[in-house]
Amino acid sequence: MARIVGSVLTSHVPLIGKATVNPALQQEPYWKPFFDGYRAVHAWLDRVKPDIVVMFYNDHGLNFFLDKLPTFAIGAADEYRNEDEGWGLPPFPPTPGEPNLSGHLIESLVNDEFDLTTCQEMLVDHAFAIPLQLLWPGVGGRAIKAVPICINTVQHPLPSPKRCYRLGQSVGRAIASWDADLKVLVVGSGGLSHQLDGERAGFINKQFDLECMDHLANDPEALTRYTSVDLVELAGTQGVELLMWIAARGALGEHAREVHRNYHIPISNTAAGLMVLEPAERAP
Amino acid sequence: MTRHPSIPGTILFDTEEARKGYALNRMCFSFNSAANRAEFLKDEEAYCRKFGLTPEQIQAVKERNVLKLLEAGGNIYYLAKFAGIFGLNMQDIGAQQTGMSVEAFNQKLLSARH
Repeated sequence: MARIVGSVLTSHVPLIGKATVNPALQQEPYWKPFFDGYRAVHAWLDRVKPDIVVMFYNDHGLNFFLDKLPTFAIGAADEYRNEDEGWGLPPFPPTPGEPNLSGHLIESLVNDEFDLTTCQEMLVDHAFAIPLQLLWPGVGGRAIKAVPICINTVQHPLPSPKRCYRLGQSVGRAIASWDADLKVLVVGSGGLSHQLDGERAGFINKQFDLECMDHLANDPEALTRYTSVDLVELAGTQGVELLMWIAARGALGEHAREVHRNYHIPISNTAAGLMVLEPAERAP
Repeated sequence: MTRHPSIPGTILFDTEEARKGYALNRMCFSFNSAANRAEFLKDEEAYCRKFGLTPEQIQAVKERNVLKLLEAGGNIYYLAKFAGIFGLNMQDIGAQQTGMSVEAFNQKLLSARH
């Protein structure tokens, strides 16, 4: 049976994209504290050697529009391509899919009463591509097969933290029952606190971010007490991407061990966060 | 009707906003295509009319005024594509919305470290 080796939770600010393809830039004072945080992740990946990624991410208007906007959507494609998101940047490399795992996840999740939208064609934006660029420098999305799971953060009401945590738990059970001798990495893409829009633009909440990171390690259920609107208030309108982290944490099971974290303010308008967690038998 | 508690300086983009801003957001979504961005730049007002924007939305587009675009139902994810056409980054947009200089806005971000 397949096994989850752990979870990487990481920010995905578009601006990071151009720095991932420019090693010299990564040494500049603006970027160094951010990129230095990923060295421990690379060492950890070398050790656990995942075969496949399942990623919770949010689409920012590349694949989905308000005409048809799923709350939860899952990829079931042979390949996931990135395209121009409106800024004319060179697209990130395509990522191979794993339709067998997609099919198994869809069967398991719908049977478990998570009624997702299934996508045999699905463009993936920077939120999917940048974590892979950060995890496998120079190779990016070509490095590993992946299955994307998209959570709506565009139009309220958003799914609650509790619902996203439960979705993650269901994904964790589904992976554990997948009849394949493969190691799975679960990625949560987004966050941490930031707000791009309104007079409140530039809002960052360091204290809340650090509390969330502690909770994700030791007491993730504590985060399920918030509503999604609470997250807007505490983490900013785009800080709600914390939902991706909560879903990914759900997949790890009840107990987890924190392997690594980094936190840096600011990258663009965002408090950049990074965590590596492994499943654990009991509370740390 | 109060659908949710109000958060200062924040419009929660809900189903009502999504209806109000549909044409504007649909136009901005079209900017994923370079050909559409070029067509917009050739004749902005004609492009806005093609998508059925209201006079308020067309005026806000003309002014590149992000707060007015939000007020008219714009969603920041789609508006970011519009802003990109004019080379405005997130600090430019942040400064515009908060009435600060870009330097002061960057300082505000840095001050969140403490």
